[in-house]
Amino acid sequence: MASKQITPTRMELTRLKKKLVTATRGHKLLKDKRDELMRQFLEKVRENKALREHVEEGIAAANKNFLLARAGMQDQVLNTAMLAPKQRVSVESGVENVMSVNIPTFDFKTRSPDKNDIFSYGFAFTSSDLDGAVQSLSDVFPDMLKLAEIEKACQLMAVEIEKTRRRVNALEHVMIPELQANIKYISMKLDENERSTQIRLMKVKDMVLKDAHNYETF
Amino acid sequence: MYKIAVLGDRDSIYGFAALGLEVFPVSTGEEGAKTLRRLSEQDYAVIYITEALAEEIPQELDRCRESLLPAVITIPGVHGNTGLGIRMVKRSVEQAVGSDIIFNGN
Repeated sequence: MASKQITPTRMELTRLKKKLVTATRGHKLLKDKRDELMRQFLEKVRENKALREHVEEGIAAANKNFLLARAGMQDQVLNTAMLAPKQRVSVESGVENVMSVNIPTFDFKTRSPDKNDIFSYGFAFTSSDLDGAVQSLSDVFPDMLKLAEIEKACQLMAVEIEKTRRRVNALEHVMIPELQANIKYISMKLDENERSTQIRLMKVKDMVLKDAHNYETF
Repeated sequence: MYKIAVLGDRDSIYGFAALGLEVFPVSTGEEGAKTLRRLSEQDYAVIYITEALAEEIPQELDRCRESLLPAVITIPGVHGNTGLGIRMVKRSVEQAVGSDIIFNGN
């Protein structure tokens, strides 16, 4: 496992041990983050799916109404009717922090509080189908905005989860095993050095004793 | 204060003008890509885009995917639902989980 050259010194050993502690703690934290993100993501994505189905249904119904309205009116009349919208929508955007992922929140405001301002035309020359069509679209609009919020959150969280998962895997399968192997290698090497020093000293002691007193230990 | 834009073929989106959203009718994918790029640099918080147009410019959509704003959301156009919107949600799940566990292949 010891892929690159490591110097078997005590200093290196302490350094690697500290690194291992940090890596293990980081791994645990990131794993917790991943699990919690995943839980919230799945909750959001289920909501996203339901909301999207609802909104798509609503828009499809509105489109049908618009088609009918279009069929019953002249193009120019329709264009004129839609030319100058009375109502105007603006969005207030905030930022919410979910497990260090910034997701936007939207809050829409209409320029005038009057609900009937979505009808920007006189009723004399337009077909009544158009009124129904505009109304049906207006009904589905708050859900469309909610969908925008949730879908964006899902996209951002998916990116973050992917990143976190990669980090967790890199720590778990690469960093930590490598550090452990290196620590083992260094401690073995140090033990071996110690033993060889011990033996050398014993030998030297024997030689000195023999020289001094002609004394044999074995 | 942000605005909301709707992008797509004229027939699909003109109704949104009545609600007070800003509509940008485009007829070709190229024109759509240009408009989307321009809008994403201005202060639009949400850009709704018809599925038919979105299918022509997937790379532009991907560009907006990772940034906080704007949120680019696909909606079905007048020609019907192509299922792209649901596919995008599915993609998020696959990216996060590794496999599709919400839709079970539907």
